[in-house]
Amino acid sequence: EKMTVRDALNSAIDEEMAADPKVFLMGEEVGEYQGAYKVSRGLLDKYGPERVRDTPITEAGFTGIGVGAAYYGLKPVVEFMTFNFSMQAIDQIINSAAKSNYMSGGQISVPIVFRGPNGAAAGVAAQHSHCYAAWYASCPGLKVLSPYSSEDARGMLKAAIRDPDPVIFLENEILYGESFPVSADVLDSNFCLPIGKAMIEREGKHVTITAFSKMVGYALKAAEILSKDGISAEIINLRSIRPLDRDTINASVRKTNRLVTVEEGFPQHGVGAEICAVVVEESFEYLDAPVERIAGADVPMPYAPNLERLAVPQVEDIVRAAKRACYRSVPMAAAA
Amino acid sequence: QAVMTVETSVPFTGHRIDTPSRSVETTPKELLSFFREMSLMRRMEIAADSLYKAKLIRGFCHLYDGQEAVAVGMEAAITKKDAIITAYRDHCIFLGRGGKLIEAFSELMGRRAGCSKGKGGSMHFYRREAEFYGGHGIVGAQIPLGCGIALGQKYSKEETVTFTMYGDGAANQGQLFEALNMSALWDLPVILVCENNHYGMGTAEWRAAKSPAYYKRGDYVPGLKVDGMDALAVKQACKFAKEHVLKNGPMILEMDTYRYHGHSMSDPGSSYRTRDEISGIRQERDPIERIRKLILSHEISTANELKDIEKEVRKEVDAAIAQAKECPMPDSSELFANIYVKGLGVKDQAP
Repeated sequence: EKMTVRDALNSAIDEEMAADPKVFLMGEEVGEYQGAYKVSRGLLDKYGPERVRDTPITEAGFTGIGVGAAYYGLKPVVEFMTFNFSMQAIDQIINSAAKSNYMSGGQISVPIVFRGPNGAAAGVAAQHSHCYAAWYASCPGLKVLSPYSSEDARGMLKAAIRDPDPVIFLENEILYGESFPVSADVLDSNFCLPIGKAMIEREGKHVTITAFSKMVGYALKAAEILSKDGISAEIINLRSIRPLDRDTINASVRKTNRLVTVEEGFPQHGVGAEICAVVVEESFEYLDAPVERIAGADVPMPYAPNLERLAVPQVEDIVRAAKRACYRSVPMAAAA
Repeated sequence: QAVMTVETSVPFTGHRIDTPSRSVETTPKELLSFFREMSLMRRMEIAADSLYKAKLIRGFCHLYDGQEAVAVGMEAAITKKDAIITAYRDHCIFLGRGGKLIEAFSELMGRRAGCSKGKGGSMHFYRREAEFYGGHGIVGAQIPLGCGIALGQKYSKEETVTFTMYGDGAANQGQLFEALNMSALWDLPVILVCENNHYGMGTAEWRAAKSPAYYKRGDYVPGLKVDGMDALAVKQACKFAKEHVLKNGPMILEMDTYRYHGHSMSDPGSSYRTRDEISGIRQERDPIERIRKLILSHEISTANELKDIEKEVRKEVDAAIAQAKECPMPDSSELFANIYVKGLGVKDQAP
């Protein structure tokens, strides 16, 4: 059976709302409009306006209200139409949500999920294309998840809603309409994925490629191409950016001795930079080649399609970096 | 005990609402408790000033002396199931919610017996068991948070309300208007309490606000201007507001009050206002002296009895400080505790 990421997210919210009356959804256009990207389609009819709450366009205000409701003990799911707009509310996320449990000596927990599309879509230019994974992942008190497939979307969103701490849930607009196969297990309403565990999407021997969200698909395509050249790439779908699954990343690098990180965000202080540091700290002596970072270009996202294509990672960039890491920039006979 | 009626110092001024009566019912017992609690708060803040100067309190420390009538008047009108959230001038709100002196002083001195285990400090006092949600350091951010707590109360069908406190400085923050708009759209049981002490740090209200009539600034939301130096007026207004918001949604209470200390410990509080202004308020509007006069004029206690209460309070504060000084700092293991509800473990947090 196949399911789109959109339906996976919708069913996850639906099931958690059915299971726990404290769970409610709020944000711009989540109700009558059925979601700017239709992720919340049908939920207003099913749960009513108290639990599927349309807000005015006031991110700082409604994010603060969501966090306050979480202080009280409710479990809000706050949708940002895109994470770009969460910048209007980042103070409430960082200062009010992430730090309260610590500042209060454990008295005020904040069981809230902030979710919505993150990163580049297509043709929406600089102010609507930023990836915030590295920003949020640098803050203690937050958990940061970023799903790729429908299985990820279901299992991780359900885990995020059930989690007692604030979770940033970074979706991708382009993936909403993509279909992925889902097993009966994944469709079970008890299905849940652990926070902090990466997923090895494809096993390999010669080079480790880490990615999250849409870039997992690109990495898998790169692995196909690399296999034709005799390079066996291991693809790690990070799933969780914070906590970061250091064990899985290091174990893989100790096996392949080579690492390529892929992300759509900016290179400086990015997720790839952090993964590189993690590997240098724990597996330095296993590395046979410099770590390669594939990231978005260090520029605000341009609008023109040719420039935009240059600004975001492409499959061929990943292939090229992996070959460099394997000292195989020039095609040569396969060596196992 | 005999119920007595006392007139408020000045009439209430209303915005889009009929004002409550100036005649406030009280009892000798209540007046004595106001006197005692406000004296305790005042003494605690004066002691905190000394501890700060002795370098036993670090960082930022904002004192509440002068504004005590707001804290005690509000508590007299509500229950511990109603919620309160405030900014960083939070020591006395914590005491009003039933917090103990030893917890307050321990927190101020970064000791493990502190109300936030020594991890919050002066600006981050909490008492969740009595619905006190802090203790917030970002000016104005607590306002949407308080409206969210009220959303939780309404969602859970509790007949309780939230008092969201902020100063005249925060009254100009955009998120106040965002949160108020939603609270009004959704009829949330929230009272926005503007403690107008007339200076946002060192900026006089008229230099920061085109209209310093904060009780009117909710536009479509009703408001009431209250003498925040009169505990009975505060009580009357809070009781009135609680009933109102449970039926009709949000309301603003502007408490006309005054802080004797500077904004924080680094501010002597004299460059932007005159010493005459401060001493004038002390002589004419001091909230403790107002209650003292009422007690004496109604012959509830003698002047000496009230002096004895003040001595007791001073002893209580001194004892709590001595105890807090003996209390150890938090254990090192606390560094990585409470970041998450269930710890992810040091391994996930530090290499």
